[in-house]
Amino acid sequence: MGNTTKEVQKKEAESTKGVEHTRAQRIYAPNVDIIERSDDILVIADMPGVDEKSVDITLEQNILSIYGKVEPDIPKNHQLIVAEYGIGDYQRTFTIADEVDRDKIQASVKNGVLKIILPKAERVKTRKIAVQAEA
Amino acid sequence: MLWSEFEKFGRIFDPWREFKRMEDEMRRLRDSLGRTFLEYPFTSTSEFPAVNVWTNEDGAVLTTEIPGVDPQSIDISIMGKSVALRGSRQPEEIKEEESYHRRERWEGKFSRTIDLPFDIENNKVEAQFSKGILHITLPRAEADKPRKIVVKSE
Repeated sequence: MGNTTKEVQKKEAESTKGVEHTRAQRIYAPNVDIIERSDDILVIADMPGVDEKSVDITLEQNILSIYGKVEPDIPKNHQLIVAEYGIGDYQRTFTIADEVDRDKIQASVKNGVLKIILPKAERVKTRKIAVQAEA
Repeated sequence: MLWSEFEKFGRIFDPWREFKRMEDEMRRLRDSLGRTFLEYPFTSTSEFPAVNVWTNEDGAVLTTEIPGVDPQSIDISIMGKSVALRGSRQPEEIKEEESYHRRERWEGKFSRTIDLPFDIENNKVEAQFSKGILHITLPRAEADKPRKIVVKSE
């Protein structure tokens, strides 16, 4: 993992100018993978501590935002002696293209990983054109 | 002539007042930095995965964030005072015509050993994996626990 360690550190989410947070929690920007597939776009986000009940996905015009609320799991009557990562909520926003079929967006969470499937609208799906050899 | 010029200058630009102002500024900066560090007590580590460890007299609790890892693939081994964690995460399988627009998530194998300040009761260690967070309870070995010695009076 030597050369990827920098990316592994949790990054705090950049707060939008003029927007104040109402929860006394730190907010992190989850690391994401975005994969373009033939029929859809897959967004995968690492959000440890989040389950299907604590994640909010909203789509407003072209802005897709994800917010994951984390209930910190802190053992009682213990003292923290090693603290390498912070605990907080997750937030990240994406701009999506018009080519996404908004009504068919699907999302699921498993083991702290959020997956969002943004299906492409019929008209923009890549079509394979078979090239025939001339006789 | 020259002297009066200086006097005039001196009144406007008092070097001592300027030093005082700088000192105040430094103090203010130091205080605000101190406050920042208190709010962010987390140290960064180059090791992966990052862990948090809590202790009390009965043992320790170790947590680490490893989302998307198959719980079956997590290997925890205890040796004396140390806990070794091993596991891996596979990248999303993609077909030839598919492509990454962004790739920030980690993948591959990880291995890390954490030393605790006491011996661990090997057979009482419990581990849970939920929502991508691994939570390990590590009880302190009985023999390692501090003993209270009663002082008898004659």
